[in-house]
Amino acid sequence: MSVLHAVFPPGFFSSEPVQAPAVVGTVVALVCAPVGVFTVVRGQSFAGHAFADITATGGSAAFLLGVSPLVGFVVFALAGGGAIELLGAERQRSRDLATGVLLGAGLGLSALLLYLSTSTQSTTGAAVTVLFGSIFAVSSSVLPLVIGFGAVALVLIGLVYRPLLLSSISPDLAAAQGTRLRIVGLAYMTALAFSVALSALTIGAILSTALLIGPAAAALRLARSPGRATAWAGAIAIVATWGGIVMAYDSYDWPPSQQGWPVSFFVVALVLVAYLLAQLAGRGRRRSPGPLPVKTR
Amino acid sequence: MSVPAAIDLAETAAPKTPSEAGPALCVDGLTVWLQGREVLHDVSFSLAAGEVTGLIGMNGAGKTTLLRAILGLQPVTSGQVRLAGGRLGRRSVGYVPQKVVLDPDLPVRARDLVELGLDGRRLGLPLRSRSKRTVVDGLLSAVDALHLADARVGALSGGEQQRVLIAHALARHPQLLLLDEPLANLDLPSTQETVRLLGRIAREQKVAILLSTHDVNPLLPVMDRVIYLAAGRAASGKTDEVVRSDVLSELYGRHVDVFRAHGRLLVSVGEEHGEDGCDATEVPTSEATGADATGSNATGSDCDEGTAPAERDIGTGPHPAVVLMAGEGQ
Repeated sequence: MSVLHAVFPPGFFSSEPVQAPAVVGTVVALVCAPVGVFTVVRGQSFAGHAFADITATGGSAAFLLGVSPLVGFVVFALAGGGAIELLGAERQRSRDLATGVLLGAGLGLSALLLYLSTSTQSTTGAAVTVLFGSIFAVSSSVLPLVIGFGAVALVLIGLVYRPLLLSSISPDLAAAQGTRLRIVGLAYMTALAFSVALSALTIGAILSTALLIGPAAAALRLARSPGRATAWAGAIAIVATWGGIVMAYDSYDWPPSQQGWPVSFFVVALVLVAYLLAQLAGRGRRRSPGPLPVKTR
Repeated sequence: MSVPAAIDLAETAAPKTPSEAGPALCVDGLTVWLQGREVLHDVSFSLAAGEVTGLIGMNGAGKTTLLRAILGLQPVTSGQVRLAGGRLGRRSVGYVPQKVVLDPDLPVRARDLVELGLDGRRLGLPLRSRSKRTVVDGLLSAVDALHLADARVGALSGGEQQRVLIAHALARHPQLLLLDEPLANLDLPSTQETVRLLGRIAREQKVAILLSTHDVNPLLPVMDRVIYLAAGRAASGKTDEVVRSDVLSELYGRHVDVFRAHGRLLVSVGEEHGEDGCDATEVPTSEATGADATGSNATGSDCDEGTAPAERDIGTGPHPAVVLMAGEGQ
C-alpha cells in the first residue's frame, strides 16, 4: 500500500492536470501503434522523422500566431505529406531526397519563426515547448480535437489495412491484385501526418517519432503476426505515456528545483527500455525456432 | 464488387471455366516500347489450361515486361492480351513477382501472406473465420507448406518462401499463374521440388502456368510448351518441337546442342557461332491471317480459332469471354 502511495501520490487520479494528459496519452498511444507498425514495416521511419521536423515548423507558426499548437502541427504535417507525395517520384531514393530537402527547409523556417516569436513576444519558452513539448501543457479544450484527429487516423488505417499490409510486404504483389498503390500510400501518409501531429503534442515535435517508431520496433521483435504486433505496440505506448505521466508527477518532489522533470524525457526513456527488453526477448526467441517442422505429405 | 472469395474457394480445385479445350490465354501481336526502345516486337502465343509453359530468354530479353503486360501492369504499344473464361482480368491471374524480398523482421506469418492472396485488395479490417482458416490451410498444404503456416515468412528459406508465394498467387484459383524467375537463387533440390510442384499444380488444378527462366534445363521434366524470347521476338511451340538443335541454333544465332539421355533432354548453348551460319532473324513476320510469330506453328492457330468465338460469346453464355485490351487496366 505504501508502495502504491509512493507511486501514485494521494490525489493523483482526481488531479485536474493529470486527467487531460491521460486522455491525450491514451489516444496517441492507440493511434501510434498501428501507424507505427506500418511505418516500420514499410521502412519509412525516415519519412516519419521528416514529418516530425515539419510539425516543428507548424508548432512554431502556431506559437507565433497564438493558436493551438495542435492545429499548427496537423496543418503542417498534412502539407508536408502532400509535398512529399508530389515531389517524390515512385522511387525510394528520390523520395528520400525530396523528404530530406523538405525536412531541412522545415527546420530552417522553424528557426526563423521561433526567433520571431521570442523577439516580438519575449516568450523564452517557445522553443522548448514546441520542440520538446509537455503533455501537461495540453489544455482540456483541445481534447475533442485530439480525439477527432485520432479517430480519423484510425479509421483511415483500418479502411486500407489489407491493401496497405500487402503493399508494405511487396508492392508488386499488391499491384498484381489490382490495388492502387498511390491511393493506399496517400491514406497511409495522411494517417501518419495525424499521428505525428498528435505525438508532437504529447512529447514535442522533435521527439514525436520516438513514440511512433519505438513501440512498433519493439513489437516487431515480440510478435509474429501484424495484429499482435499492433497490440504489443499499443500496450508499450500506453505504458510509456502513462508511466511518463506518473513519473513526471512524482518528480515534483525531486531535485534540483522541485519543479518536476520533463514528462517527454520519461516517455522516451520508457520507450527505449521497452525496445531494449524486446531486443533481448527477441534474441532468446530466435535461438529456439519453435515447433517446426512436421512434414505433411 | 468482388466475388466472395471464401465461398468461391472451396476445395474443388478446378476452376469452372469452359475453356478446357481452348486456350486460357491468347497474346496477339504484342508490341511494347519502353523509353524509346522496342522491348517486345509482335509477340503472339497462347497458353492452355493444365499446361506448363516455360518463358525462356537471356537477361533483358523482355520476360518481365511480357509478364507485366499480361497482368495489365505494363502499358502496351499495340496488340492484345485476351483471357478466356468469365472472370475479369487480374482476378483470374495469379502472379509471383521476381525477387520478393521478405525481411526476417516482418511480422507476417506464411498464413497471413496466403490470406492476403484471398482478400488483400479488400477494404476494412480482416475478420477471423474458421472457413477462411480452412481455405488457407488447404492452399498451404497444396504447396507442401502447411507445416510452415505459423512461421514468419521472412525467416523461411528461399524455396519455402517461393512455395508460400505460389500459395498466395493460387488463393483465388486463377486460370493463369505467372511466375517471374521463380527458380533464381534456388539450390538444385529446391529447384527440382518447385518444378515438380508447379507441374503437379498445373495438372491437378487445371491452371495454365507461365514461368520465366533463363535456363530451360530444370523445366524440361514438366514443360509442355516453350516460348523463347530473344531480342524482343518470340518463338513458341510444343517442347519437343522447339527444343531441337536446329530451331534453337537459329534462334540464338549460335550452335545449340540438344542431348537426350535417359529419356531426358539437356540443352547446351555453345560459345561460338554455329556452322550453319544462322543469324537470329528467323522469327517470321506476321501474316494476313493473324500475327503468328511462332518459330514452329504449334500455337498460332489456337489463338486464331479462339478469337472469333470469344468475341461472339460476350454477354451470351454463362461465362462470357472477356476481351482485355492490354493496358486498359493501368
